[in-house]
Amino acid sequence: MNIDQNKLKWIYKKLFTIRFFEEKIKKIAKEKLVPGYLHTCIGSEAICVGVMSALNEDDWISSTYRNHGHAIAKNCELKEITSEIFGRKTGICKGKGGSMHISDFNKGMLGSFGIVAAGPPVVLGAALQEKINKGSKNSVTFFGDGAIHNGAFHEAAGLAKLWDIPMLFVCENNGYAEATATDWHLNTKNLSDISRAYNMISYRGDGNNVFEVREITQNALNESIKKNTPIFLEFKNYRFSGQYEGDTQLYQPLEEINEAKKTDPIKIAIEKANDYKLSSIEINNFKKQALDEVEEAFKFAETQPWPEPEDSLNDVYVNYPKNLILKV
Amino acid sequence: MTILTVKEAINQALVESFTNDKNVILMGEDIAGGKGREQYQGTQDAWGGPFGVTQGLLTKFGPERVRDTTIAEAGFFGAAVGAAMTGLRPIVELMYVDFAGVCFDQLMNQAAKMRYMFGGKQNVPMVVRTVVGAGFRAGSEHSQTLYSLYTHIPGLKVVAPYDAIDAKGLLLSSIIDNDPVIFMEHKRLYMSKCEVPENLKPIPLGKGRIRKKGKDITIVAIQRMNLFAEEAANILVDEGVECEIIDPRTYSPLDEALLYESVKKTGKVIIIDESNPKCSLASEISSLISENCFSDLKAPILKLTAPHTPVPFSPPMEDFYIPSTKKIIKSIKTILKY
Ligand SMILES: Cc1ncc(C[n+]2csc(CCOP(=O)(O)OP(=O)(O)O)c2C)c(N)n1
Ligand SMILES: [Mg+2]
Repeated sequence: MNIDQNKLKWIYKKLFTIRFFEEKIKKIAKEKLVPGYLHTCIGSEAICVGVMSALNEDDWISSTYRNHGHAIAKNCELKEITSEIFGRKTGICKGKGGSMHISDFNKGMLGSFGIVAAGPPVVLGAALQEKINKGSKNSVTFFGDGAIHNGAFHEAAGLAKLWDIPMLFVCENNGYAEATATDWHLNTKNLSDISRAYNMISYRGDGNNVFEVREITQNALNESIKKNTPIFLEFKNYRFSGQYEGDTQLYQPLEEINEAKKTDPIKIAIEKANDYKLSSIEINNFKKQALDEVEEAFKFAETQPWPEPEDSLNDVYVNYPKNLILKV
Repeated sequence: MTILTVKEAINQALVESFTNDKNVILMGEDIAGGKGREQYQGTQDAWGGPFGVTQGLLTKFGPERVRDTTIAEAGFFGAAVGAAMTGLRPIVELMYVDFAGVCFDQLMNQAAKMRYMFGGKQNVPMVVRTVVGAGFRAGSEHSQTLYSLYTHIPGLKVVAPYDAIDAKGLLLSSIIDNDPVIFMEHKRLYMSKCEVPENLKPIPLGKGRIRKKGKDITIVAIQRMNLFAEEAANILVDEGVECEIIDPRTYSPLDEALLYESVKKTGKVIIIDESNPKCSLASEISSLISENCFSDLKAPILKLTAPHTPVPFSPPMEDFYIPSTKKIIKSIKTILKY
């Protein structure tokens, strides 16, 4: 597949940015420099970047508590993401959300949800709006293998198909739902088979190959619009990160992790650079740029002011008597 | 006497209940965790839930009675209702109370109404163990308490222990109780310790506990707020104020008599609850006291709660959200002026 040079650069730069960002998060989590739960996405880079590279800047997506990669690939401001994780006033959600809820509506993110499978119905709604208003934005919901079991996913899938809503259900099958392996929690071999119950078209792909993810997504978007139908995509990868930072990961066998390292999405992308006529010098340049950007974002975040306690009283409603919010 | 954390106390109550009654089973997400459905081994018992509370149970009692579930709360909560009606005593886990919404129907409409709606012929002896509470920097969807959501519903019992003794004794009772019980564990209390007698008997549901005797003011403290109430009371001792601290421990049924007795003595009440204020436990308790102790009251009843906002993530905002010792002292001083 031909890729425009700028897009190609964007893809590599984003892959590296996500990886370096998450590695940095892991490091500061160990040093207990940031509050709260942190769910990193090492191993998800190709899915985040591959799907987003096929989308327009203002298309709609939903994410989960494991959202850093999605937000970065959706072009959210890295400094604002970092500042949010640090709980600072200039964070992307003004410090109200934290790592689990990194999301910028102005970049097409409808939300990053802490409740498993909360995203699919919300994205269905956005896609419905596009259909009714004859809009042109694409709608994509990201969720995991574990979310497959939740009613909200099934209800959204059924409605999307029934109403002929063009949208993509993107399932990242990373082998685990918290401490529970996919082969422990699911009898269906291919997750994409599940959508067949709704007569929904589905495709599977290698979630470690950013170019394959991109191509499958592009084709699916075209088909979904042409046929006026939702499509389910399953991308298989491996969750190198624990469920959260601090998870001992004892349930992930060492041999399995080592095996998965052979198909690390970053490694694969570097191997493929040749196919796209990128030299190792260029690759190293992307790495350097990404690393610099990450370092800069963390430096920025660390020095940002904390929110005022009373800032917590804003944004509950559009319109509501303020004196009825504060009750202490 | 041994010193136990709340977490250990809960684990002990589970082990004892499993041992005493073979009909007790446990269902929840990531209780065991692991890999390899075929061999069913591997790294089982890896987690014991996100806080490790149920660790060891799978090894002790086996996969038939200790069941890892999928992320299908409506499914296994409903299953608990049916299993309870037909002879088991299921304990089901709602990993965080914030996930209530995805399976609320099974509790609100099925578990709670089974007995009443079908003429009192069947019981639903199930326990929902769930994790509540702010102060963990866990953001808006992992920090709520939602006590009043359950307390509101006829047919459900609601229990929320503060220390290890109550955690163990009340869980033992909840499991042998013949009604559906919501057992709320506060994530910031899991590691707090106290002495627990070896052969602790079940503590009856519906009995509050006076945690500190005093004559000047009644502090009704909801779950973790007992910690701050005690701090405040200790500070106020130096100023000659004797606070009486009451932990209702179970919100449905509520030990109203214990509250009224205390108010009769002190005439002044403050209620501390980290939940949102509207239609809350605090407002319920306040209204009960004003109705039943009107002539004993020497000051308006004061409620100290979180503001009417979701739980914010950032530490300065979350600390502002949760009632603090400082705010408690200030509020008590306001009432004492009457
Ligand atoms: C309704 C609900 N139930 C349980 C949880 C707790 N929980 C958080 S993440 C998770 C596992 C999700 O696994 P998966 O969908 O595969 O996503 P991944 O973390 O692998 O990206 C669970 C059970 C939750 N957040 N929401
Ligand atoms: Mg997963």
